Amino acid sequence: MSLKAPLLRADNIGVSFSGVSVLRGVTLEVNHGEILGLVGENGAGKSTLGKVLGGYYSLSEGVLYAGGEDVSGWKAHTALNHGIAMMHQEIQIVPALTVAQNVFLGFEDTKFGILKPNERQRLKQLMSETGFFLNPAIVTSDLPIADQQKVEILRSLARKAQMIVMDEPTSSLTKDEITQLHEIMKKLKERGTAIIYISHFLDDILDVCDRIAVLRDGSHVATLDRNKISKPDLVAAILGTGQTETQYPKKSPPKTRKKILDVSGLTSPNGTKNVTFEVHENEIVGLIGFVGSGRTEIARALVGADTSTDGKVKLYTSDYSNRTPAKSTERGLVMVPEDRRGQGLVITLPVRANVTLPHLQSYTAGGVILTQKERSKTEEIIDFFDIRPTVIDGDVTNYSGGNQQKILIGKWLAESPKIVILDEPSRGVDIGAREKIHRSIVELAASGASFILISSEIEEVLGLAHRAYLVNDGQIKAEILPDETTERDVLNTLFSFQ
Amino acid sequence: MNQHSILRFLQSYAVLIMVVALVIALSLLSDSFLTTRNVLNILNQSAPLMIIASAMTLVIIAGGFDLSVGGIFSMGAVCSAWLALAVHPAVGLIAAPIIGLTLGTINGVIITTLNVHSFLATIATSLIFTGTAIVISDGRLIPVRMDEFTWLGRGKIFNIYTSIWVTAVFAVLLTFLLTRTSLGRKIFAVGGNEEAAILSGIRTRWIKTSTFATAGFAAGLAASIATSRISMGQASAGNGMELQAIAAVILGGTSIYGGRGAVWRSIAGVILLALINNGFNILNADPFFRDLTTGLVILAAIGISAFGRKS
Repeated sequence: MSLKAPLLRADNIGVSFSGVSVLRGVTLEVNHGEILGLVGENGAGKSTLGKVLGGYYSLSEGVLYAGGEDVSGWKAHTALNHGIAMMHQEIQIVPALTVAQNVFLGFEDTKFGILKPNERQRLKQLMSETGFFLNPAIVTSDLPIADQQKVEILRSLARKAQMIVMDEPTSSLTKDEITQLHEIMKKLKERGTAIIYISHFLDDILDVCDRIAVLRDGSHVATLDRNKISKPDLVAAILGTGQTETQYPKKSPPKTRKKILDVSGLTSPNGTKNVTFEVHENEIVGLIGFVGSGRTEIARALVGADTSTDGKVKLYTSDYSNRTPAKSTERGLVMVPEDRRGQGLVITLPVRANVTLPHLQSYTAGGVILTQKERSKTEEIIDFFDIRPTVIDGDVTNYSGGNQQKILIGKWLAESPKIVILDEPSRGVDIGAREKIHRSIVELAASGASFILISSEIEEVLGLAHRAYLVNDGQIKAEILPDETTERDVLNTLFSFQ
Repeated sequence: MNQHSILRFLQSYAVLIMVVALVIALSLLSDSFLTTRNVLNILNQSAPLMIIASAMTLVIIAGGFDLSVGGIFSMGAVCSAWLALAVHPAVGLIAAPIIGLTLGTINGVIITTLNVHSFLATIATSLIFTGTAIVISDGRLIPVRMDEFTWLGRGKIFNIYTSIWVTAVFAVLLTFLLTRTSLGRKIFAVGGNEEAAILSGIRTRWIKTSTFATAGFAAGLAASIATSRISMGQASAGNGMELQAIAAVILGGTSIYGGRGAVWRSIAGVILLALINNGFNILNADPFFRDLTTGLVILAAIGISAFGRKS
């Protein structure tokens, strides 16, 4: 092996999206027949790195070599020609087609454009070569997810992949299925195939990987040898030592202990299970958990965006059942959703129409919009959140991500709500906007509103919240006091839930 | 104007550019084109389609499609003629919009409660409405030769056809509704981003239903006017009306994906289609080329708009 050039070598590579650097200075080698883990916190850049190596994102800087050849400008199909295949977090198969049709999708054996009837034969041969067996004739949507992943693996192998990038392949698998997948990975490794295994399940990573690359804030901080480390070592590497990061605004403690929201036993088909928690006046309460832990779903069940099957919500002093987003807004319980373009803003409408959308009845008389009132409110919001450009009728599309986020938050804070759920309020936002958002949250909490803060960045919640709950699998697992806890303790606790 | 804004202008006003170009071309080619009589005739004949297209604009902005306006138009035509004879001419004229409103509301309720795509639901209801019209009229024409009935389509107020006044008032009302009222704002929001609209507490079902009710009302009103003008009710009156209306709306530049558009655009779209027709008549051109020409003009308008979008 040592005589051969590494299968893939990244030399000081970096990636930026619209000027924001998300990955920088990564140097990494992948060898034949090894499983390389990629770990890091949410947003550390592991998925981005995986997509660069798989040819889905192009480099902004640095050089990438495949078998010694410079391939820095490659695309998904050129990556495939170099024997590199990518398995995305979402399974990429055509559900209505059979196993055989999916495996050979895009490189069917044809003569004059007419399919040769040998697809099953080809698949059988491939399966006996590789040792993965599936019924070729079965429609893939009828298969369990683990088998659907096998289809993807077979597809990679049919294209003679020497390296497969797997992005969070186990996130929707059962324990047994994970074991099965790991067996497959070990088999692939024996055949000389390299695997890049991206996951935030550390036990899974430790189970099969030979080496583990740790990313933090877009930088590659260490590559560890599996045999020389334990789980705590790995957590320590992911976290780093310097308790660095930005300065958070000083939070003033809640003045009273008046309960304004009391949730008990909240259960919803969206995955929320028996959730009980409370929020007091002037309080910022955090919900911490990994992506997919069910934080957003709890919020959606609470405001009535998803229906609940069980549980009681007491808002202020009265019971609040049959919740709907409309009723919640009326009662001053609002949610700023995480997906700003998908669920937050109507990008075909100007800033002012977006800001007043949930509160139109306050801006109309007899159904007619009071333009002047609407404009002065929008001006106020633009001013308070320092939104730029300061155009009331500006097209939302033309604003930067950070300013769109400020418009979104402004939209929901326009009519002084009592309880605000913020889902990832600073995702994809530059430092300036982030600080502005943080200061606004603390200011508004001091002057009367309560917040439920959901964030993938543990540090952000610890910096802003008075209290926080740890969420896993749609349930609240623990309550913590940020001032008496460290990010490391939180992360250790979160990993222990799995 | 720099290049960017020229392109933006082309994209936004493609339909107006085509209308102006056709008006200039037809005035040069024929003396009988730009006469009060001809212009009023064009507007009078297009009045029903303008009314339907104006309301269809709301449906499409809210992200829907209504393929049943032709069927509602047929129902309106047959019922107004029948009621005019059986009860009173005025009842016939008033009945069509009310029936239209009812059928449109039924469309909206079906679409929002079954949660099916409006395209699918209105294909079905379109057949049901047309079929009912055929049954009611027994497949026959229903002539209504009464002055109390024909004034709406043939009468004039201040030398301008009553139907044009009605159309103008209707289009202005819908424009006001769309641009200045809270319902209008919500229609844009539902079509622009339904998920965001739901989370903003907008009752999207009710908003969608209201657009279909409006379209139904418009189809009924258009049927009153058209039936009155030709003094005849017939079940085939609305055939193909829905596609002409949708074509005019899209041609005008209202987004087929919802969230963007304006009533004046659809009016301009109808006028563009009407001008082509009228051009063939006054120029005595070979009618065999009519469809071909219409297709080419539509393609040109789409082309100008797409060219502008490249900016």
